[in-house]
Amino acid sequence: MSGQSPEPARPPLSGGAPTYADVNRDVIRTLEFPSNLYFGWMSFIALTLAGGVFAWVMQIYYGIGMAGKRNPQMWAMYITTFVFWIGIGHAGTLISAILYLFRARWRTSIYRGSEAMTIFAVMTAGLFPVIHLGRMWLPYWLIPYPNDRFLWPNFRSPLLWDVFAISTYFTISAVFFYVGLIPDIAALRDASSGLKRRIYAALALGWQGSDREWRHYRRAYGLFASLATPLVVSVHSVVSWDFAMALLPGWHSTLFAPFFVDGAIFSGFAMVLVLLLPMRYYFNLYPYITEKHLDNMAKLVLVTSLVLTYFYACEGFVSWYSGEPIERASYLYKWIGTYAPWWWLQIFCNSVAPLVFFWRRARVHVLTLYIVSVLVLIGMWFERFNIIVPGLARGFYPYTFGVYVPTPVDTMIIVGSFAWFFIWFMAFIKVMPSVSIVEVKETIPHPVRDAAAAHH
Amino acid sequence: MDPRRASVLGVFAHVDTAVHAIRELRAKGFRALSTYSPVPLPEFEEALTGHGLPRSPVRLFTLVGGLTGTVSGFALTIWSALKWNLITGGKPVVSIPPFVIIAFELTILLGGLCTLLGLLVTARLPRFGGSPRYDPRFTADRFGVEVGCAAAEVAAVQEILRRAGAEEVRA
Repeated sequence: MSGQSPEPARPPLSGGAPTYADVNRDVIRTLEFPSNLYFGWMSFIALTLAGGVFAWVMQIYYGIGMAGKRNPQMWAMYITTFVFWIGIGHAGTLISAILYLFRARWRTSIYRGSEAMTIFAVMTAGLFPVIHLGRMWLPYWLIPYPNDRFLWPNFRSPLLWDVFAISTYFTISAVFFYVGLIPDIAALRDASSGLKRRIYAALALGWQGSDREWRHYRRAYGLFASLATPLVVSVHSVVSWDFAMALLPGWHSTLFAPFFVDGAIFSGFAMVLVLLLPMRYYFNLYPYITEKHLDNMAKLVLVTSLVLTYFYACEGFVSWYSGEPIERASYLYKWIGTYAPWWWLQIFCNSVAPLVFFWRRARVHVLTLYIVSVLVLIGMWFERFNIIVPGLARGFYPYTFGVYVPTPVDTMIIVGSFAWFFIWFMAFIKVMPSVSIVEVKETIPHPVRDAAAAHH
Repeated sequence: MDPRRASVLGVFAHVDTAVHAIRELRAKGFRALSTYSPVPLPEFEEALTGHGLPRSPVRLFTLVGGLTGTVSGFALTIWSALKWNLITGGKPVVSIPPFVIIAFELTILLGGLCTLLGLLVTARLPRFGGSPRYDPRFTADRFGVEVGCAAAEVAAVQEILRRAGAEEVRA
């Protein structure tokens, strides 16, 4: 990544605003046959993924002890990474649904990429509860289905709420994503030939952009956005209740739901930047993803970072104000105990580093944005680690104390999860429009012959 | 198709000329009009009816789906809790607050899926074949106005479309 923009591929027309035809051409251009660099990255990612799969097979064969899961550290890095990936997904829904309802027009060029990120992040997160099962071939026990033992899941368990929240989140995000893609797939269909055309034609469902189609489509799209908005808030709240409903010191707090939702959006925005900045460079999307987008994204990162810092302060205050010695000891353990370096790393990455975005020059400087975003991702992963691992390490009774040390198997599975996410995302950007053709066009003035008469 | 019926398509490069053509056609009494556009255009909807269209019935699907979700969420949790009528942790067997979460998630799930169904039903998707008048440029930068008319009126319709500024008129 470099700080300065290369020449845009196309000389700016009429004051720099792209026309309808430009949008189609520029977006369809991103689907050209990939370069060797792309295949190089894909091979690297595929190899990493294979490593993760191998580690998982080891764990299935030899047992969950391979992953260093033993009392009291039964959750450790798997649930850390699960919460991390669910959180990543939230920014995509925020951009695609909440900013849609607020009519934030700048979202149009980045929402497709963010929404794809949501889908793939939830797909990655969804692996972890299954990986984490001692008998991973029995995940269907979580689903309420009639069985000959008349057994039903315990609906009072937060872990079951998770199953419902996350499967709903995945389904609704996937439907929303696909509905948003339909008119764009129709545009791809009309611009391609042969087998490609037939595949796109099937996926476009025969979309023709008629007045009837658009009328119902717009209404349905607004409804999806209105359903996705409360959903996204509920999902991370439910995830936080996995912890908050337990009586463990450091977990049992009403603060957790907003704390988790804010952290989720914070880390998600960082991931959007990590994905979009290279995409903008390689696909030459400079006319669409402009400085204004970077500026707005950085502002959102800054705001969510400040809110998060406030929650960190609340966490400390509440544990002191509770007057509860075990609660205080648990909190102090985070500051000066076994995992203290990771706590201070988290504070640096999440509360200190994003402060550079108070300066506008940092908000539009690509390299700074990228470095801070990566730091935020690291910080947010460690935030979940610092909730789960030190929390479990120091419970109520000294005889249940126990530290956790990562093993090669669980580390490899977690690295593999990143490969799983990136392989989907990399494949997506080469077969589907990663910038919305329709929505970008909606932000450009319509082509009119008589401009004066059009604005009556 | 009835041999006495015909259809004419006008291809426009501009929104204002297409809107003008629709108004003109409506004024002349043509009602079987439809449009094609790369983006949703409220201008077209307005011109097609002279006023706004009634609200799309998709929202009824959402409502019915959502309510079904709420009811089935509570039904499933309460019924299955009563199947094992055991008090655990001193909590009531039918403990409503946690069941609200399940009911909420199912409301969103079924509401969303029914919205999708509603979209497919009302927009008549998936469509096989589609209108033979469709032009691939309608997903790029052209706007289409399709007019259903009697075979005898084709020439008149073509004239109106051309006068309004259609780039291309096909009968």
